Amino acid sequence: MIAVQGLRKTFDKGRVVAVDDISFNAEDGCITGLLGPNGAGKTTCLRMLYTLLNPDAGDIRIDGIDPQRQPLAVKRTLGVVPDSRGLYERLTARENIVYFGRLHGLSADTIGRRIDHFAEVLDMGDILERRCAGFSQGQRVKVAIARALIHQPRTILLDEPTNGLDVMTTRALRHFLQGLKDAGHCVVLSTHIMQEVAALCDHIVIIAKGRVAAQGSAEALLQRAGTASLEDAFVRLIGSDEGLLA
Amino acid sequence: MITVALKEIVDNFRDRRVILSTLLLGPLLGPVLLVVLFNVIERQTTERLEQALSLPVIGAEHAPNLIAFLERQGVEIKAAPDDPQQAIRREEEAIILVISAEFAEAWQAGRPAPVELMVDQSLRYTDTTVSRVRTLLNGYSGQISQLRLQLRGVHPDLVRPIQIGIDDQATPEARGGQMLSFLPYFILIMAFVAGMHMATDTTAGERERRSLEPLLINPLPRWQIMGGKLLATTFFGLVALALGLIAFVFAVDFLPIESLDIVLNLDWRVAGLAFVLTAPAALFAAAFLIILASFAKSFREAQSYMGLAIFVPMLPSVWVMINPTRTETWMSAVPLLSQNVLILELVRGEPINGLWFGLSLLTTTLAALLLAAVAASLYSRPRLIFTSD
Repeated sequence: MIAVQGLRKTFDKGRVVAVDDISFNAEDGCITGLLGPNGAGKTTCLRMLYTLLNPDAGDIRIDGIDPQRQPLAVKRTLGVVPDSRGLYERLTARENIVYFGRLHGLSADTIGRRIDHFAEVLDMGDILERRCAGFSQGQRVKVAIARALIHQPRTILLDEPTNGLDVMTTRALRHFLQGLKDAGHCVVLSTHIMQEVAALCDHIVIIAKGRVAAQGSAEALLQRAGTASLEDAFVRLIGSDEGLLA
Repeated sequence: MITVALKEIVDNFRDRRVILSTLLLGPLLGPVLLVVLFNVIERQTTERLEQALSLPVIGAEHAPNLIAFLERQGVEIKAAPDDPQQAIRREEEAIILVISAEFAEAWQAGRPAPVELMVDQSLRYTDTTVSRVRTLLNGYSGQISQLRLQLRGVHPDLVRPIQIGIDDQATPEARGGQMLSFLPYFILIMAFVAGMHMATDTTAGERERRSLEPLLINPLPRWQIMGGKLLATTFFGLVALALGLIAFVFAVDFLPIESLDIVLNLDWRVAGLAFVLTAPAALFAAAFLIILASFAKSFREAQSYMGLAIFVPMLPSVWVMINPTRTETWMSAVPLLSQNVLILELVRGEPINGLWFGLSLLTTTLAALLLAAVAASLYSRPRLIFTSD
């Protein structure tokens, strides 16, 4: 589980405030969605969770570990699919996954077995031995997910996972994330797409201008905003409709 | 760290064009150039020496005896072109002999008779021809002065108070070493060039392809990730170095060394020692290139830095070329310069100076490790991780 308290991050010597004040909890066995317009600070927030950025202020605990104190321990419990999938084009899908498995110190046997598993649940057996150059967005996401989960992390962070995916792949991905939730993992994803959170998330954190505008389950948010649709609730809660057209 | 290095090596081996240029063209360029260069030099010098000398003369009628002497020496005398100055400037003629009208008068009077050689001394290829004409004229002059002295009953040796003989202590190996003076430059360049693509691809390239962020999320200290990239780059440098030296050893067989009267001391032993000597420089080069490439915002920017980086190994070589001095101990403590002077010592066939050798290995390794440490610390800066922000 993740506990974030009063997180703040500025760039350019304090001139640009990316994350102002964000607090939320993400429980195990839940899918938590960070919902917000483009530039709200979702990616920056996630980057602080997976230790690539150091917060200016605030406190993060992931399964009780402070990422700033023990970055390596946190990285071992995290599986991250960043916004930039960043596959190695000259390597095959399998080689991409094996590389990360090796970096986690896994044995060739273990890696092989887990790849077989992913090939089945992510339906990617046919692309395993192909080089990644020329992969579709959907194929890239599958490889990126398998690569991020090769060490069976307890907590999974996904930045805009459905970006650029077609309907069928999106549905398959949702199904896969539900499976992770049912297995008791803590899943956190960021998105700017309303349907995404509505269909998937147990807990929604609405972020705007680096702050938490509101959080709770979908029903709780609807009730609080007094609107019928989540989209209207979203607009009311962040106080503008900017970013919705993106 | 090894995992990162292996992946980078496999990754780059997949790129056939890169392999072709760094591991094939790069190392072969030097040796091939060496063979071509030597053969051209040899052909030119022998051709000029053996070719019949054809000499345009102005005012041949003023010195019939001199002309007769030249013809006896096998010189083909021909009439000078109408505009001799233009002919020289346009490089139609290498040299024109001008015998002035006062020649006969001065000759009769026993004064030095003036002749002039019209040449363009900035054209180096005419050197051989000019010096042949000079030698012939000096020969004639010497012959006449001997005759004149003898006529007056003076022994010609009287006007030769000393006789200069040059006892050249340069061994054929040393002469060969002189011909190979550019070798260290080629060897160092190889270590740099081979690492260039690797350094850019694994740092600026990885950032541009946005695969650096996922990579850094792995539970591995960042210096180890950088260390892996450094190892892979060094590996490429070393492979290119080894291939290049092997190619140089084979190239020696194709050189016209007999006719140039030199011995090229470039056998397997020398190549092996040169490899050991340059190996720390490969690490030095890799670290230096990686630092440069990491600061670049894009692949293209990194590549433009690489073009400038090639001057770094050149500096000491150029310094040695324009300021040839004895090898001194301090030189072997300066990275890159030490490789230069010590490889020169090797190809000159000098005995190995253990102190210099050790000093060079030690200082270059230290400097390389220092640069490597700087490189390894680079990924702790967020600015170097994200391209977009």
